[in-house]
Amino acid sequence: MNARKWDKVATTILYLISIFIIFVLAFLLLYILVSGLPNVSWHFITGRSSSFQAGGGIGIQLFNSIYLLVLAMLISVPLSVGAGIYLSEYAPKNWLTNLVRNAIEILSSLPSVVVGLFGFLVFSINMKFGFSILSGALALTVFNLPLLTRKVEDSLQSIHYTQREAGYALGLSRWETVIHVVVPAALPGIITGMILGMGRIFGEAAALIYTAGQSSPPLDFSNWNPLYIASPLNPLRSAETLAVHIWKINSEGIIPDATKVSAASSAILVLFVLLLNFAARYVGNRLYGRLTGVKERK
Amino acid sequence: MKKKLITLLGLTSLMIILSGCGLKQSGESITAVGSSALQPLVEAAGDRFTEEYPGKFINVQGGGSGTGLSQIQAGSVEIGNSDLYAEQKSGINAKHLVDHRVAVVGVAPVVNKKIPIKNLTLSQLAQIFSGDITNWQKLGGPDQKIVVINRAQGSGTRDTFERWVMKGRSTMQAQEQDSTGMVRQIVASTPGAISYMAFPYVDQTLRTLNIDGVTPTDKNVQTNKWQIWSYEHMYTNGKPEGLTAQFMKYILSDTIQDEIVGEMGYIPIKDMKVSRTLTGKVAAIK
Amino acid sequence: MNNDEIRASLLKRSRASKNELFGKIISGLCIAIIVAVVVSIFYFVASKGLATFFHDKVNLWKFLTGTIWNPSTTDAQGHPQVGALPMIIGSFAVTFLAAIVATPFAIGAAVFMTEISPRIGRKVLQPVIELLVGIPSVVYGFIGLSVVVPFVRHTFGGSGFGILSGTFVLFVMILPTVTSMTVDALNSVPRNYREASLALGATRWQTIYKVVLRASVSGIITAVVFGMSRAFGEALAVQMVIGNAMLLPSNLISPASTLTSVLTMGMGNSVMGSLSNNALWSLALLLLIMPLIFNIIIRWIGKRGAMH
Repeated sequence: MNARKWDKVATTILYLISIFIIFVLAFLLLYILVSGLPNVSWHFITGRSSSFQAGGGIGIQLFNSIYLLVLAMLISVPLSVGAGIYLSEYAPKNWLTNLVRNAIEILSSLPSVVVGLFGFLVFSINMKFGFSILSGALALTVFNLPLLTRKVEDSLQSIHYTQREAGYALGLSRWETVIHVVVPAALPGIITGMILGMGRIFGEAAALIYTAGQSSPPLDFSNWNPLYIASPLNPLRSAETLAVHIWKINSEGIIPDATKVSAASSAILVLFVLLLNFAARYVGNRLYGRLTGVKERK
Repeated sequence: MKKKLITLLGLTSLMIILSGCGLKQSGESITAVGSSALQPLVEAAGDRFTEEYPGKFINVQGGGSGTGLSQIQAGSVEIGNSDLYAEQKSGINAKHLVDHRVAVVGVAPVVNKKIPIKNLTLSQLAQIFSGDITNWQKLGGPDQKIVVINRAQGSGTRDTFERWVMKGRSTMQAQEQDSTGMVRQIVASTPGAISYMAFPYVDQTLRTLNIDGVTPTDKNVQTNKWQIWSYEHMYTNGKPEGLTAQFMKYILSDTIQDEIVGEMGYIPIKDMKVSRTLTGKVAAIK
Repeated sequence: MNNDEIRASLLKRSRASKNELFGKIISGLCIAIIVAVVVSIFYFVASKGLATFFHDKVNLWKFLTGTIWNPSTTDAQGHPQVGALPMIIGSFAVTFLAAIVATPFAIGAAVFMTEISPRIGRKVLQPVIELLVGIPSVVYGFIGLSVVVPFVRHTFGGSGFGILSGTFVLFVMILPTVTSMTVDALNSVPRNYREASLALGATRWQTIYKVVLRASVSGIITAVVFGMSRAFGEALAVQMVIGNAMLLPSNLISPASTLTSVLTMGMGNSVMGSLSNNALWSLALLLLIMPLIFNIIIRWIGKRGAMH
């Protein structure tokens, strides 16, 4: 066989692999959506969950998931961008930097249950935050920082050094080059990292069981004062998220329609991750365009 | 845009710092942590409580009996839920803990629906779980391997089951699951599977077994004819005070005991005809 | 402007250099916080995990090679029975098998996305892959339980629970991560490499195989290691399909257990500070150390591979 034939064969195989993967992924998605969506109704999305009767909703859980996601991203994105910049632009190339890099990598594979227990003992008990959104957001930050930092560093690294030299040649300092040239250029990569991070946060259960807790006390949506105990914004109330809810009703829940509720919740969860993806991509593209003057990502 | 972002960030962090410093919150709340089996019950009672007394919140968390007992011992929560007596758990000093028995729950052996067997003797059941009987044929069933599904080590249900069925014999190493929901799903879908679970979780997807002709019903538990049952405990560190005392009283009131405890498949404490001590001594209640 | 002013403006720090210092401090602070988090987690897990050996006097060797896990009971000599070997083997088996299955698929898909059809790749594959990362592991576990386990039971016999089912579930779980990281690695190969190769008359496949893949070996290895680390640390989904029997696995279809499954199951049921709890933290410590070893091994292999 000659090179040309090999080329054909290899291309065919690659096509087959991609089709297979799309097939597996599509099957997963369809499975989740088809078994879940028929059980979704407006009442289900906004209603209050029940602890033992059928017909509960997931309104509060959904709100909690989003609020927790926002808080966790608010803490972890600036931190990881800063850390990524340091690692990529400032850190001296020596064993210490390597050690830090490896340690971060190892941390990213830490089982989330360990992160959850760490958060429980440190944030909930030592810092006396109790079972609260705040403890949950901090635990999620711990859980998410390594991956985000890595992703930021990688995307900064992949920016060609000529871009930096161009910055210096214009008389910009290193920091200015980073902020005005390198970070904007690396934005698509950073956004991808954030999307992955958001997805992980949205779907995380084990790290939250012991930190944000598994109960959803009734909320008073007319009072947005963060200091009121039943206020939706109170960071010290306990908050069961959607993923935790799915886990809970499947493990020890005794509601009779547990399978339906969990299927529907999974479908909603996947739809939300989808929505987040599109939103982040849209905002990212707009931002990228505005900062770099490039109309559309090629 | 940057300015707005910074202001937003500043506000959020201010809010977090303020609330983190323990600025007095309006409203009152207590936290109950522990047994995941007890969680739905306490949660339902807590919801009712908040409805009746606005501004007073009961925070209910799962995490397992071990967590509940550790936390109540450490004093970091107000109530520790447990499926076991605190004395049964190693590492717990039960001296300062006050036991509140809020409900009784029976545990029944369950099998996959395709197994036609309805009744076993206690010793046959023990032999299955110790690994001495491995095929349903030996018990008059079809030629089908027995798949034993156990609960996680240290779980309350497993403890109850081992105490009253195994009676000191050790169970074989087998599949273990840490939640009733998983056990139910696996027994329902695996041919030849056997396990055990608390009464409230039994549904039409699987079948319970009688032991020595006694059916696993609430009535038989109330008279101790069905011996595999346990109390559900809520522990407080010292005598309960304030909101904790109010809530403990509420959960033991007749309305809650009848309308929530009974409704969920647990057995109200006041319906028990007998009481059983930590060491297993049974006495009739007059 | 007199001389003094000029001198002052030259000697004074410029706005840019102040900015520079500011930037360095801010970003340095961020990394310091992360390092503090890393160190405190390491310290925290190590202090709890080592208590089994120092405080409860369990022999480290027995811990690593013992085959009976039953922390609440003691053996004939009065030593607690904490043998972690079945879990260690179970964890390694599912991780390696999943990585072996997932790697060719991930590389294939990544090559497709970057070299063959970037348009389909970016428009279809990438969003789907990112979406899959967001599916909670509980959901993966339930699909595994309702689809994979019965499939394995009918095809290979046994109860369906075991390392094989765990491998299938983990394969799907780590595929998105490994693929998207491999895509990054391939994308970072400079365009002129490809152009040079094509200009020499190489076919597309020859370019991919002999130039692009070779040039991105270290990136691909990182992706695989990362996927393995995730597989190693995955708890909820694996726990649902592997069966959780603390026995030495004799084949791929009999129930086994992993470090994470035992850890997750036992944590809530044990009391802080007791031996059963400490032993679980020792497992967590193992989980921290193992990815480190993966890293070293794979990097070593990568270095050797890169030389040829």
